[in-house]
Amino acid sequence: MNPAVMTAPNETLVYARPQSLADCYTHYCPGCTHGTAHRLVAEVLDELGLRERTILVASVGCSVFAYNYFNVDACEAPHGRAPAMATGIKRVNPNNIVFTYQGDGDLASIGMGEVIHAAARGENITIIFLNNATYGMTGGQMAPTTLPGQKTSSSPQGRDVAMTGYPLHMAELLGSLPGTAYSVRRSLHDARHVIQAKKAIRTAFEVQMANKGFSVVELLSSCPTNWGMTPEQSLTWIKEQMVPVYPLGDFKV
Amino acid sequence: MSKKLMKGNVAIAEASVRAGCEAYFGYPITPQTELLEYMSERMPELGRVFLQAESEVAAINMVYGAAATGVRVMTSSSSPGISLMQEGFSYIAGSDVPAVIVDVMRGGPGLGNIQPSQGDYNQITKTAGHGDFHPIVLAPASVQEAIDLTVLAFDLAEKYRTLVFVVVDGAIGQMMEPAELPPMRELPSGRPDWALTGAKGREKNVISSLFLGTTELELMNKELQAKLAYIQANNEIRYEEYMTNDADLLLVAFGTAARVAQTAVQHLRQEGLKVGLFRPITLWPFPSRRLTQLTYLADTFLVVEMNAGQMVHDVRAAVHERVPVHFYGRMGGVIPMPEEVEQKVRELMRVVPTEDDVQTHQFPVKPQAAHEFLRM
Ligand SMILES: Cc1ncc(C[n+]2csc(CCOP(=O)(O)OP(=O)(O)O)c2C)c(N)n1
Ligand code: SF4
Repeated sequence: MNPAVMTAPNETLVYARPQSLADCYTHYCPGCTHGTAHRLVAEVLDELGLRERTILVASVGCSVFAYNYFNVDACEAPHGRAPAMATGIKRVNPNNIVFTYQGDGDLASIGMGEVIHAAARGENITIIFLNNATYGMTGGQMAPTTLPGQKTSSSPQGRDVAMTGYPLHMAELLGSLPGTAYSVRRSLHDARHVIQAKKAIRTAFEVQMANKGFSVVELLSSCPTNWGMTPEQSLTWIKEQMVPVYPLGDFKV
Repeated sequence: MSKKLMKGNVAIAEASVRAGCEAYFGYPITPQTELLEYMSERMPELGRVFLQAESEVAAINMVYGAAATGVRVMTSSSSPGISLMQEGFSYIAGSDVPAVIVDVMRGGPGLGNIQPSQGDYNQITKTAGHGDFHPIVLAPASVQEAIDLTVLAFDLAEKYRTLVFVVVDGAIGQMMEPAELPPMRELPSGRPDWALTGAKGREKNVISSLFLGTTELELMNKELQAKLAYIQANNEIRYEEYMTNDADLLLVAFGTAARVAQTAVQHLRQEGLKVGLFRPITLWPFPSRRLTQLTYLADTFLVVEMNAGQMVHDVRAAVHERVPVHFYGRMGGVIPMPEEVEQKVRELMRVVPTEDDVQTHQFPVKPQAAHEFLRM
């Protein structure tokens, strides 16, 4: 729909839907920051004029339908394999901008091998990595990113590090590889941090445009439904519980 | 062009290059490694894509990605690697993109060994992944045929937007034979209209195998089944017959086992025994109808395979119990000798006194040995 249609005469629309975002409802729960992340990526694709060049590789997780929500060519990879699929696409179509959109179960658990090797090869793709410390889609089980002591549906007594190990710090891990050109962690818990997240997403795509290599933005994200919190509480939980474990910062720039 | 002495794996690799393969992704595994090594040199020479993946899982998903962009793409592996790729095969089948897979089969199960085997028949024709689909499966029996069928594989994959397998056992992958390569094809200048290339001046394209609603997914399955039925009906069934005209006993075998069987037919004919050979070239779609017809000619069938008896079930299904279908197989990477097949034929044709078939040939473990094992 043309946004102008919705504007009364003499009014200027200042917050329109980005062209890269499809005009449809999403299935995300109220207060879920997947929606925020989608909008940021879409705004960046618009601003950089990339919409018609971009190919999205959606992953298996709550964001599986991302291919419906972005107005770009898209495909949907098997669980964890998005970086491999993106590699196949980018190698054949080096002039396209290729990005994956992955959750923490997808990227840091089942897909650990694919993401590490894509980074190690310096694959010229961008990864938008949503860390919500749980498996959202399958009902809130423990993820490799689940915080010590955090209760989930498969760690009902709280994550016991003696039994299940420690959270994985993907932005740091990927940032340590020579093939990675850009690896940062941002958060989506308030407006200031959202603006910082958008800047990072923009930089990540610019890195790919300049053929500099692998770029990844880890975004601390909410899952009010599986955390058993209100949207507001969940934003506070990111700030107070997640950020101390997952420090925001630049690990490779 | 003239014939050149070529190794099976290398011949398949060069044939795929000439058929217009623009991208290859693979992972080393014996006995297919020469194919990957050849591609590592040849593809960059032509400015095409070669990438050694970190695993077969990654390789098949790289293939999936490249296939989604509408180029001709392939991977190759051997049995354990093929097992690892199955989730990817299913996604590829579920989203109707074309891809070519070469399986140079080795002995299994488990790590097995690196000797020639036909143990992947079931995993490729029947259970290539979760859900209802079949790849087209081409089974060459010589280096020349491996070349020709590799080219055909790319054409069929593109024509039907489907997975096509070229399956050889390690013997054909490793053997040297004189063969002729096809001329180099020019690469297409554009991409198909469904391909992912960036939504410039058109609606976006989506490649996905997700259909959340049951109605949607059933519809998608019906379309997929209709496509498979069309492939079966559309002259894509291939086979070869050798001395079947007057055969009383029909050998049925594919790949290397068919070469052994053909030698056996030649020897047995010299003895005056009317034996013929039926060699399926497409393992899927399987040439069932022709086999049914042949039951009006031959009164005994003997299936020879390098496994415990996999294709034999398809032969039995085709024959509808009109004639007895016997089986002779070797496992563990053993290629049967023509003499073994000949002896089995003589027994079946009652030319020599018959041994107890069950005890000597049909089971890998003798009944009493199995019994002992169970008591342990
Ligand atoms: C091979 C395979 N294993 C398991 C699943 C089931 N599964 C679907 S989504 C998911 C977890 C997704 O969690 P995450 O990546 O953190 O994304 P979120 O839903 O939290 O956004 C799992 C285990 C699957 N689809 N495929
Ligand atoms: S389950 Fe969690 S991650 Fe998934 S949409 Fe709901 S809030 Fe978001």
